[in-house]
Amino acid sequence: MLICCWHFFLPFHNLFPIFADYKKSMSVIVEHLTKIYGAQKALDDISFEVKPGDIMGFLGPNGAGKSTTMKILSGYIPQTSGKASVCGYDVQENSIDVKKHIGYLPELNPLYTDMYVKEYLLFIAELQNLGKRSNNAVESMIERTGLSQERRKKIGQLSKGYKQRVGLAQAMLHNPEVLILDEPTSGLDPNQVGEMRDLIREIGLDKTVILSTHIMQEVEAMCNRVVIIDKGKIVADDKIEKLQQKLTGDVTITVEFKNEVNESDLKKVAGVISVKQNGKKFLLRCERDIREEISNESSKQNWILLSMNLEEDSLEDVFQKLTKK
Amino acid sequence: MFSILKKEIRSFLSSLIAYVVMIVFLIAIGLFMWVLPDYNVFDMGYSDLNTLFSMAPWVFIFLISAITMRSFSEEKKNGTIEIITTKPVTDLQIILGKYFAGVLLVLFSLIPTLLYFYTVYHLGSPAGNIDIGATCGSYIGLFFLASCFVSVGIFSSAITDNQIVSFIVSMFLCYCFYNVFDLLANFNLLGSYDSVVASLGINAHYQSISRGVIDSRDLIYFLSFITAFIWGTKTVFSSRKW
Repeated sequence: MLICCWHFFLPFHNLFPIFADYKKSMSVIVEHLTKIYGAQKALDDISFEVKPGDIMGFLGPNGAGKSTTMKILSGYIPQTSGKASVCGYDVQENSIDVKKHIGYLPELNPLYTDMYVKEYLLFIAELQNLGKRSNNAVESMIERTGLSQERRKKIGQLSKGYKQRVGLAQAMLHNPEVLILDEPTSGLDPNQVGEMRDLIREIGLDKTVILSTHIMQEVEAMCNRVVIIDKGKIVADDKIEKLQQKLTGDVTITVEFKNEVNESDLKKVAGVISVKQNGKKFLLRCERDIREEISNESSKQNWILLSMNLEEDSLEDVFQKLTKK
Repeated sequence: MFSILKKEIRSFLSSLIAYVVMIVFLIAIGLFMWVLPDYNVFDMGYSDLNTLFSMAPWVFIFLISAITMRSFSEEKKNGTIEIITTKPVTDLQIILGKYFAGVLLVLFSLIPTLLYFYTVYHLGSPAGNIDIGATCGSYIGLFFLASCFVSVGIFSSAITDNQIVSFIVSMFLCYCFYNVFDLLANFNLLGSYDSVVASLGINAHYQSISRGVIDSRDLIYFLSFITAFIWGTKTVFSSRKW
């Protein structure tokens, strides 16, 4: 009997369009999203996808459209045209379902400052319809975000770092599949930024995270993928390592000599494009990594080589190259 | 809806708004009822609650505007509106939660005035000589009037992120709907249509229900008034999506 059923169902299963499966397998899909505020185009036909388990950095200068995209994904404002879906639910048509599946930390982390930490989280748990699970969820989230010491304080009395933790706790309370964090580390001191990054990296192990920032190191420290946006348009969308490679064909090498070395002599080394002198240090722009050749040349010419460094183009440079035109 | 309502009630209690509103209401009404000359029960010589029912709407214009002015304005200004609107609740649930929290607060500030009723009941000659029907009607009328004011207040709060603007707009609208239609009708400009103009205002229906007869027309008026303002609030609130 069981075998019969198998035979009966298998062909039907194959009839399901692969497309639908694909859509479900993506956490976030944004297709041709456009948002127009009055006469200003905040988003201009952007598309990207985020796989489950990705930590995507959404990078761009201020006013590039990062927050707008996140507000649309969270269902706070609608798009002018295009489509966006989260966990297979359309953000416009099934906005309530979307809101159940995402955790959203708005920019500037708005909070009810006259509520107590636990009271606030219980309120959010009720809004998420957690019912009897509310208390447990709140307790474990307080534990996880390190708020145990502060649970009986009013939110207004907390330091900025702890407020940010409350914001994050609020977003993660219902264990959402997708987390959308709008500038989660802005305005924190370096220690707090470090703690926040650790927390987000830990969360990112089993969740999809989209976080926006205009700080490059943040993306390098936390994300495995980056989308760079400028003036409402996507200018880059790739894995971080690939992006760095792609944009930096040539490399920079700094060398320092003890004795006097002529610029023109350095230029003669094969592979050097240009030389910039800075006291006894030289900045060499080279076609490829030619440290070996420089070392050989030094011993041949009796230059005393003090240091030699291969400078990798940081994401910062990449970002500036892409957004400054 | 209940999560929002609970949160609003809690914030009324924790921010002292609830206590201040109740105390100010009771002191103001108490003064008029028992102390201030010309209005108090002893000077009037009638053991009834007329002073309460004629002064309460005026006090409510101020107090209800004050308790509702922050409901949306504050959330807009702080940005917390973005938190609750990105949770799985509909706009209408948010509005109704806030609305009923205001109504409940008003209801609770009305309850202690039953003490005045008890006092007046025993002051009558003979004791108990009071029109209970009319008093009940007046209480119901006052409750509906307050509910209308709350809906106006919520609406005013939704249109601005400035609490002071919200407060002033709310007082103005409450005053207009409570009194201005009556005054317009007194001009005798429209002849027989004056009664229609008067019936657009809250006062006409409040007076009518105060007689102790619960007329379906009055109920329909109050309910549609509240619905209209809640609908207006929803329209304004959802306009962020336009």
